Amino acid sequence: MREEWTGFKEGRWVHEINVRSFIHKNYTPYYGSEDFLEGPTEDTTELWQKVSELMKEEIAAGGALDMDTKTVSTITSHGAAYINKDKEKIVGLQTDKPLKRALMPAGGIRMAVKACRDHGYEVDPEIVDFFTEHRKTHNAGVFDAYTPEMRKCRTNHIITGLPDAYGRGRIIGDYRRVALYGVDKLIEDKQFQKDTTVSTMSLEVIREREELSEQIRALEMLKKLAEIYGCDISKPATTLREATQALYFAYLAAVKEQNGAAMSLGRTSTFLDIYAERDLKAGVITEKEVQEIIDQFVMKLRMVRFARTPDYDQIFAGDPTWVTESIGGLDTDGKPLVTKMSFRYLNTLNNIGAAPEPNLTVLWSEHLPENFKKFCAKISIEHHAVQYENDDLMRPVHGDDYAIACCVSSMRVGKEMQFFGARANLAKCLLYAINGGVDEISGQQVGPEYRAVTGDYLDYEDVMKKYRDMMRWLARVYVNALNIIHYMHDKYSYERLQMALHDRDVKRWFATGIAGLSVVADSLSAIKYAKVRVIRNENGIASDYVVEGDFPKFGNDDDRVDSIAKEVLHTFISYLRENAAYRNGEITTSILTITSNVTYGKNTGSTPDGRKAGEPFAPGANPMHGRDENGAVASLASVSKLPFTDSQDGISNTFTIVPSALGKTDDERENNLVALLDGYTAKRGFHLNVNVFDKELLLDAQKHPELYPQLTIRVSGYAVNFIKLTKAQQDEVISRTFHSAL
Amino acid sequence: MQKGKIHSIESFGTVDGPGVRFVVFFQGCPMRCLYCHNPDTWEISHAKYELTADEILERMTRNIPFYKTGGITATGGEPLMQIDFLTELFEKAKRAGIHTCLDTSGITFRFDSDILAKFNTLLSVTDLVMLDIKHMDKEEHKKLCSHANDAPLEFARYLSKLGKPTRIRYVLVPGYTDGEDDLTALGEFIRTLDNIEQVEVLPYHELGKTKYEALRIPYPLEGVRVPSSADIDRAKRLIGINDTN
Repeated sequence: MREEWTGFKEGRWVHEINVRSFIHKNYTPYYGSEDFLEGPTEDTTELWQKVSELMKEEIAAGGALDMDTKTVSTITSHGAAYINKDKEKIVGLQTDKPLKRALMPAGGIRMAVKACRDHGYEVDPEIVDFFTEHRKTHNAGVFDAYTPEMRKCRTNHIITGLPDAYGRGRIIGDYRRVALYGVDKLIEDKQFQKDTTVSTMSLEVIREREELSEQIRALEMLKKLAEIYGCDISKPATTLREATQALYFAYLAAVKEQNGAAMSLGRTSTFLDIYAERDLKAGVITEKEVQEIIDQFVMKLRMVRFARTPDYDQIFAGDPTWVTESIGGLDTDGKPLVTKMSFRYLNTLNNIGAAPEPNLTVLWSEHLPENFKKFCAKISIEHHAVQYENDDLMRPVHGDDYAIACCVSSMRVGKEMQFFGARANLAKCLLYAINGGVDEISGQQVGPEYRAVTGDYLDYEDVMKKYRDMMRWLARVYVNALNIIHYMHDKYSYERLQMALHDRDVKRWFATGIAGLSVVADSLSAIKYAKVRVIRNENGIASDYVVEGDFPKFGNDDDRVDSIAKEVLHTFISYLRENAAYRNGEITTSILTITSNVTYGKNTGSTPDGRKAGEPFAPGANPMHGRDENGAVASLASVSKLPFTDSQDGISNTFTIVPSALGKTDDERENNLVALLDGYTAKRGFHLNVNVFDKELLLDAQKHPELYPQLTIRVSGYAVNFIKLTKAQQDEVISRTFHSAL
Repeated sequence: MQKGKIHSIESFGTVDGPGVRFVVFFQGCPMRCLYCHNPDTWEISHAKYELTADEILERMTRNIPFYKTGGITATGGEPLMQIDFLTELFEKAKRAGIHTCLDTSGITFRFDSDILAKFNTLLSVTDLVMLDIKHMDKEEHKKLCSHANDAPLEFARYLSKLGKPTRIRYVLVPGYTDGEDDLTALGEFIRTLDNIEQVEVLPYHELGKTKYEALRIPYPLEGVRVPSSADIDRAKRLIGINDTN
C-alpha cells in the first residue's frame, strides 16, 4: 500500500478507483452531540469579513463586482489570486480577482455578450468575432437544429428554462478521487481506458476516444492549476488540508470551464472526515484547526460566480450556483454515515453566517443518530438554510454513495450523470387542450390543431381526453428539443474535467421536469367536483374561468384531488418515456421549479381552479398558496403521495412555518421539527425545504435589504439571499402559506 | 353512528399538548369569554363539519408516523358539550394506542350521578387533561365568561382525587385577569391539587379579531393591550411557577 495511505484500512479501493470502498472501510460514525464543535479562528473571521464587504459592494454594483471581457476562461487561463494570501488555508479563485465573473463563451457567445453588457461591460470584439465566425458555440448549434415548433414552444413558455443558452450543469465530478489517488493515478487510469477501447471505429467508439483524450487533457491542466498556486496534487493527499485543497482544486477546475446552472459538490463530508480523524489521532491537528479548514473551504464555495443574462436571472433568481453537498444518510447495512464532519459542515452556518451556498442537504432517515437529528433541527430553526431529502427512498435506487445535483436530483457519484431538461408547463398544456393548441396569451397556434372544448361549461371526461392528447404532443416536442440540446452540448461544450472524474461507463439520466402540477390538480378537481364556466375573449379563446361551487384542493390530504395529481404525473412520465432519448438516457422527471414558478405564472393565463392570469404557480410540488387549510401534516401528506418511481429526478416541497407554531421552547421546537421530518420520510415524502421565521422578518428584509445581506431562506429546493430576489418573487414568497398557530 | 359537530382540524398541532398532535376543534361552547379567539366555535348549529369518530380517526391514523411523539387533542369550542361523541372518539383512539388529551374548561361538570358516570367513562380513556381556569373570583368569572366558576374548580378537585394527569392553563388579560390577589389565589388553589404536571400562563393576543369582524360581533376587548414578557413573569411569580416546571 502507498505510504500516503498509512493509517487507512485496505480494501478494493487500493486496487481500483473506488471511493465508496474507501469510505466504507475507513469512516467513523459519530453518535455524540455537537459539544465538540469549535468556533471560527481569527483568520477565518477576518477573511469572511473581507469577503462579506466584497459581496456588499457586489450588490451595490448592480449584481456583478467585476467581469472578464478579454480572457476566455479555462482551467489554466488565470494566474494565482487570493483574498489574503497569508490567512487563507485553502486557496484558489475562479479568475484573477475575488467575485470576478469569468468569460465562458462556449455555451453561447450572444449570452456572454448580453451578460456582460447588462452589467456595463463589453466583451472584446475579437473574442466575439472568433466565437461567432470561427468557433461555433453550443447555443448556435442548438438553434441550427431547433424546429419552428420548438421555437414557438419556447417563446410561448410552454417549455422554458431550457439549457440552450447556458451550461446544462447537473454533472458531479467525483472530486474526492483527486484527493484520494492524486492526478497521476487518474491520468494513468484514463489512459488505460483509452488504450483498451474497442478497435472498430463505430460512432460511439470514436466519440469515446475523443472524450477520453479531452479528459486526460483536463487532468493535465488540473495538475498545472495546482502548480500555479504552488501545490502538488499529482500524488495522494497526506493530510486533511491537502485532501480538502485537492478536492477544491478539482471543483475549481470544473467551475473555471463550465457555467452549468447546477455545479454541485457531491458527498464530500464523510470522505474528508476520514482524513480529519487520521490527523486528530496522530495529534498533528486540533479540532479548531479542522473546523478552520472547513470554514475556509466553504467560504471559497460561497464565492463561486457565473456571468448570467437577465433572462436567466428571471428563471433562476438570486445568483444560484447549487454547490450542493449531501450530508449524512445511511450505508447499505443501515449504519449512519454521519460523522463529526457532518456537524462541522452545518457548523459553518454558525461560524461564517447563513448563506445559500453550499446548498447543504441532509439525507434524512429516521435511523440517523438522535443527536444529529436534533442538531439539524436546531440549525434549521436558527439559520433556515438546510434542506432535507429522504435517504430511505433513494438508497434502494442508488446505494450509499449517491449525491444530489442541484436541488433534488440524485445520482451515484462518479458513475452517473444527468441530462438536465428544465421543465414543461403542464398548466399551460391544460389550457392548450381547452383551446385546441392556441396559446391563450399570444393567440398563436403553438400546439397541434386538435379540437377545442366547445360549450360554456367544462366537462371532466372531455377535458381529460383532450389533455392527454395535448400532453402526448408536448412530451414529444420536449424530449426531442432536449435531444438537440444535449447533442450540441456534448459537441461544443463538453465537460471534460468533470467527466474525467467519472468511470468509463456512465449511466445517463434524462432529467425532464414539470411545472404547475398543483394548479393542474386543482383545476381538474374544480371541473370534476364543482362547475367551471368558460369565458371566451373576442377571438373565441377561453381566457378566463368562473368556478361555481366548492371542490377539494391539493394540500389537504384529500384523495379525491391528490389522486388526480398522481394520475397526471404518471400519465406525463409515461408519455415522455414513449420517446427515444439521446445517448440512451433513461427518462425521469422532477417536480421542481426553483423560482421559475413566478415566471411561469406570469406567462400563463387564467386556469380553471380560479387562479388568475399572471399569478404565480406554487413552487415545485407545493400546494397552491393558501389552499392547504388543514395544517402542515395534511399538506405534507398530499405531497408524499406523489410516487418517487414516477418522479425520480426529484419532488420539491418548500415548507414555511412561524417559530411559535413549532412549539413554545427551543427544545420543543427542535423535537417537533424532528418529528415532522421523521413522519414525512416514513410517509415516503421526498424532499423538504425548511423555512422557520416570522413574516415580519421577511417584510422587513424586503424594505431594508441592506440589513439582511445574509438572510437566507429556502425557495423551492434552493436557499437564496432574499434581497437578491425580484420584488415579484419576494411578494410571492411572502404570500406562500404560513402555518401559524391560532 | 353518532356524528360530532366539528369546527376544524389542525393536523400539525405543536402547542396543544405534548409532542406533535392531531387537534380536533369541536363546535359549540356554552361560555362567552370576552377574550375568546374562536368566536366562530360558539354556536353549535354553525358546525362546518359533521364527522363520525371513525372518520376523524382515519384522517389521523393515515398519517400516524407524524404523531409518534404526540397524539390526539380535543379542544374547540367546548368538547364536553358533546361528551358522548367525545368519549366514543377517545375510546377508539385508546384502542388504537393513541395518547388522548382533553382541552376543556370543565364547565359542564356536575356531581349529579348520571353526569358523573359519563365523566368517569370519559376520563377512563383520557390520558391528559388541560384545564383552562379563567378566573378565581366567582363574580369576575361571571363578568368574564357569563358563567360562574364552581364547575371548573370542582372538576379540578375531582381530577386531583382521581390522580388524573392535568395541566392548568390561565389566560393573562391586562386589567381583567391580572389582579395580584387573583393570581395569588390561583397559585394557592393549584397547590391544593396533587396531579398538576404543568402550569401555563397564556398571553392574551388579538389574532381572533378578524373573526369577530366576520361574524359582525363587536370586539369585546377593544383597546386592551397585549401583556408584555414582564407581565407574564410577574404573573408566574405570583402564581408560584418557577421556570423549571
